[in-house]
Parts: sequence; structure tokens; C-alpha cells
Amino acid sequence: MIEMKSVNKWYGKTFQVLKDCSLSVAKGEVIVVCGPSGSGKSTLIKTVNGLEPINSGEITVAGTSITAKSTNLDRMRSKIGMVFQNFELFPHMNVTENIKLGQIKVLGRRPAEAETKALALLDRVGLAEQASKYPSQLSGGQQQRVAIARGLAMEPMAMLFDEPTSALDPEMINEVLDVMVGLAKDGMTMMVVTHEMGFARKVADRVVFMDHGEIVEDATSTDFFGSPRSERAQEFLSKILNH
Amino acid sequence: MFDLDFSVIPANSSLLWEGMKMTFLLTGLAIVGGIVLGTFLALLRIAKVPVLAQIAAAYVNFFRSLPLILVIFWLFFLVPLILGRPVGAFSSVLVAFIMFEAAYYSEIIRAGINSVRPGQLAAARAIGLTYGQSMRYIVLPQAFRAMTPILLTQAIILFQDTSLVYVVGLRDFLVSAEIVANRDQKLVEMFLFVAVVYFTFCFVASMGVRFLQKRLAT
Amino acid sequence: MNYNWDWGVLLRDPYLGWIIEGLGWTLAISLLAWIIAFSLGSALGVFRTASSPVLRALATTYVEIFRNIPLLVQLFLWYFVFPELLPEDWSRWVKRDMPFPALTTAVVAIGLYTASRVCEQVRSGIEAVGPGQRQAGRAIGMTEVQVYRYILLPNAYRIIIPPLTSEFLTIFKQSSLALTIGVVELTAMTRQIEEYTFQGFEAFTAATIVYSLVTFTVMAIMRQVDRRTALPGTFSKGAA
Repeated sequence: MIEMKSVNKWYGKTFQVLKDCSLSVAKGEVIVVCGPSGSGKSTLIKTVNGLEPINSGEITVAGTSITAKSTNLDRMRSKIGMVFQNFELFPHMNVTENIKLGQIKVLGRRPAEAETKALALLDRVGLAEQASKYPSQLSGGQQQRVAIARGLAMEPMAMLFDEPTSALDPEMINEVLDVMVGLAKDGMTMMVVTHEMGFARKVADRVVFMDHGEIVEDATSTDFFGSPRSERAQEFLSKILNH
Repeated sequence: MFDLDFSVIPANSSLLWEGMKMTFLLTGLAIVGGIVLGTFLALLRIAKVPVLAQIAAAYVNFFRSLPLILVIFWLFFLVPLILGRPVGAFSSVLVAFIMFEAAYYSEIIRAGINSVRPGQLAAARAIGLTYGQSMRYIVLPQAFRAMTPILLTQAIILFQDTSLVYVVGLRDFLVSAEIVANRDQKLVEMFLFVAVVYFTFCFVASMGVRFLQKRLAT
Repeated sequence: MNYNWDWGVLLRDPYLGWIIEGLGWTLAISLLAWIIAFSLGSALGVFRTASSPVLRALATTYVEIFRNIPLLVQLFLWYFVFPELLPEDWSRWVKRDMPFPALTTAVVAIGLYTASRVCEQVRSGIEAVGPGQRQAGRAIGMTEVQVYRYILLPNAYRIIIPPLTSEFLTIFKQSSLALTIGVVELTAMTRQIEEYTFQGFEAFTAATIVYSLVTFTVMAIMRQVDRRTALPGTFSKGAA
């Protein structure tokens, strides 16, 4: 479903954020990307839908190149859902309008149809009662669940999550992870940047570990948590798990 | 010394009202035109095409370095020359105000756009909206909301600035009052009246802006 | 467009002299008005943030009056109305014997008007320094005056160099309003050249270039000043 081949990216002329990254995500697979801060994992996930342009390499999603000039990137993005660390709900629109906007303006759905879809998705993420509230009236966890619903409304073939729980208070993390676990069980292709190792162990098919812009380890989650091969991954795991 | 006679004001109320209507009309049209052109310039300035951004920046910096009176003189001279026929002072003055104010409005709007977090644009692009759609539905509505108080303050300044049409004799409120003042030899009364009227409008409007600012802040 | 170009007109006698003389008057008005605006505006800015409610009310009233009446109307008030409201001897002096009556009036009017704007800049600068600094100063036993003199103002002025620069440039541009009461400054001079020679294009271009050049020069200089006066480790945005 998602294929990345030798992706390189520089900030300016000197700083290389992504070094020769290759990765493939099969249909229905859940991949967790982890690594220390500044390792390039957020940048990596944003290259998948072209929000971060790359300098060299190749990225295809469902056989369509993201990097080719001829690709209609807007079209492609509408087929790949994305959830951001800071939710990025649109503050001047209520929850339902947030979910309807892309359906109407990008997919060309009729407003009534978009509304039905929005309400069904809100129900799915457990927020049916909040439909007419504004983002600022919701808790962080609720906002992030709306953001997931906004992504799902486009009926994406894959979902990207960029640290979806790291801006949340601890007591709200699980309500978001529960929704994500549900999605994974329904067979959604997912690429998730997160430090939530419990989530990774429970639902991830593979874990990708990054450091200094490189993919250091790409292993099944059983292997990764059982016996990480690289020293850097071992060190990272001991820091993040031992307290 | 203080034998002032304000009866001259009601006696000329219709002439003064005509002038005031001209002041309002010019202010209103200049605000609309200035914001439209200013938004366009602001969008050019943040666009990723360096040439366009530089042209817009040059326009803004150039007009901000000039006195409004000089711009009024320029257009008063240029517009008839370009059209090849005489036009009324109103059209050339209106063009001058729009071109001049757009430079100031564009700076306000650009600051407003920059105040919207970059993640909002990314989120809009992520659901497949084009750059134009993202600007129109996501970034600009938030930007305009954030900068409404400053835009209104600029509108008050513009309302005051329209008095400069005096230099080409367009009959706005001030010029109408001056005509009465000179004809009836009532300079003191008329100019005091003009000052009180402008003050009342601007003071009340600025109180309104402050009220709005407090409401937006909470 | 039907127009006879003649750029040579700008260098011809007496027009070149007119432009230079006009610039001289423009600069004279701007600098003199700035002295009034800066000193009065600074005092008002201090009043506006002082602990005394009387001083605060005084400064607030000043600001509200001066910024809510168009500068042109204020100019006419000082020129046509103010002398009439004075006792007869004074009135005669202002109207007849005062040196450069139009120029003086323009300087006073523009200076007093801009003082209200400078006041607001100084106030925002002082507020940006923060209440903690004021309390810290009082805590080591300084008087309110000392706190302003040694702590609040030195920091506030550093912060507001960019907005004060643009206030000065505003004065520079607004000095053109003086032409309405007969001061033949730069804009008036070029208008005069247009009326004498019908070479409006050339005349207005000359004024445009001069205004832009002065503006950009002042901005470049102030950017240096801003950089030099910045405290180590503080963030400076550069002249506006």
C-alpha cells in the first residue's frame, strides 16, 4: 500500500533529516514508528502525503507516485487520512462542520449526505452528543477523536497518525488509543508515530525504529520487543519502558 | 471674544449633510477596495513564488513611504491622463485611497494570516483541499476574525484620512463646512463643529472596537 | 496617453532649487514636530502608566482627544480658531508678529497630534517591560520616579525603537499637510512645478523618489540603532 524507496531530505544544505529511508506498509498492516525526538519520524510520516517534500527517492501510495509532478497531490491526500499531534481542528467551525468540509469541497458530496456521514462517524468515536460544539469546548481527547473522524470521513485507504496522543493529558490518552485499536481491528492500513509502546505491542504488526534520520530497525513487534537487534533501539526501549 | 453664533449650523444642515454623505461614501468604498486589494497583496506576499512576493513587498513598502497627499495629487493628475478624458475628482481620489490603503491593509492581513498556526494549513491540505480552498475556508476566516479589531481601527484612521480630499476640493464634510465658514464668516464656529463631529464618530467607534477586542479576547 | 516628456525640467532653474527648498521645509517641520511629539509623548506615556489616577486620566483624555480628530482639522483649529479664542494682545501676536506663523502652527499641530501616538507606544513599551520589574525596583527602595528613570524607560525605549521609527516616518509624511495652511514644503513645491510647467509626471516623480529615499535611509539607520542598542540575549525584530 505504502512504498518508500531511498528517501532523502535535507533542511537547507547541511542538515539531513531523512537518510536513505526505505519502508513498505502492506494493505491492512499497522506500523508503529518510534524513536527519540529529532529522529525524523514526524518528517517521515509527513512525506507520505507530500506535506513534506523530499529531495530524492520515491514514494508510492497504492501504486500512485507521491513525488511525480503529474500526480494530483490534492486528490491523493484526500485518500490518505492524517491525524496531527495538535489536533488541528478548524476552530471557526463546529465539530460537524469540521467533518463535513472535506466531504463537500473535495469529494463533492451533498451537504445532507456529508452530515449523515459526519454524525455516523461521531457516533463511532463516541461523540454523538458533541456534534454542534466548537473545538474549544471539547477536551483534548475529544478533539483528537473528532480529528480521527474528520480523517475517516474521506473514506481513506490508509491513515497516518503523527504523535496523536503526545499533546494529551494522561487520563485522555486511552480514549484516543481505543478508537485507534478499533480502527486497526477493522483492517485499516495505519502508520503511527507514537511513544505508546503498549499500543505498539497490542496492535502493531511491525515496529520501525528511527534515529538521526535513519531507519535503524524494522521488525515485527514480537521481535522488536523481544530482542531488538541494534544497541540504539535497546537503549531507547530501556529509557522509555523502565519507569 | 466668545460671542459665538452656532445658528449657522442648522441653517446649512442640508449642505453639511451632503458633505457628510460624501465622506461616508468615500470611506466605505475605500475600505472595501482597500481590503480586497490588500488581501490580494498579502496572499502574493506569502505565496511561494519569490517574484510575486517581491513585487507585492515592493508595492507595500513603496506606498507606505509616501504621504497620502502626494498619492492623491498623483492620481488626480494621472487618472484623467490615462483615460484620456477629464474625470471628476471623486474617481481619482477613490483610486488613490484604495491603492494607498491597500498597502496598510495588506500588512494587517499578512500579520493575521501569520497568526494562524501553520498546522491549520497542513491539516486542510491533508484532507485534500487545494491551496486556494485551504486559504479560503480555513486560514483567511481565522485570520480575519483575529484581526477584526485592527481592521476596524484602520477604518477609523481611514475615515479621518478622507478629510485630505480637501487638497483637491472634493466636497466632503470638511470642505462643505469650510465653504459655509468662509461664506458666512463663521470660521471658529464651523471648525469647532467639524472637530466635535469627527471626534464623536471616532471616539464612539473606537470604544466599540475596544469592547469587541475584550469580547474576542475571552 | 498623450504626454510630452521633459525630464530636464527637474534640473532647470528655478525648479531644482524649489525641490531642494521644499525638502528643507519638510525636514524642518518633521524634526521640530518630532521633538515636541517625543518629549510630550514620553511624559504622557509615563503618566498613562503611573500609579496616580489623576495623571492617568489626564493622559488618557489627551490621547482620546488628539487621536480622534483628523490631523487636518486640528491644523485648521490651531491656525484659524485658536488665535480667536485668545485675549486680544496675544491673538494679535499669534496672527501677525509670531515668526513663521504657518510653519510654527504646523510644527505645533503635528507635534501635539503625534504626541498622542508616541504616548501609546511608550505605554505599550512600559507594559511590555512588565509589572515584575516595577515591583523589583520598588522592593529595593527606589521611588516611582527612579523606577521609571532607571528601570522602566531604558528598557521600554529599547523595545519600541521600531514603532517609534515608524512614528517619525509618519510625521515626515504628514508634514505635507502643512501645505493646506500655506507652507510650501516638498509636496507643495512639486505641485507648484506641475502648475507652472504642466510636467506633473516629472515633478511628482521627483517628490516620490525623495520621500522614498529619506524613508528607506531612516529605516536602514534605525535598524542599525536597534541592533546596537539591543541587550544581549533579547529578541529584536528590527525597524518596522
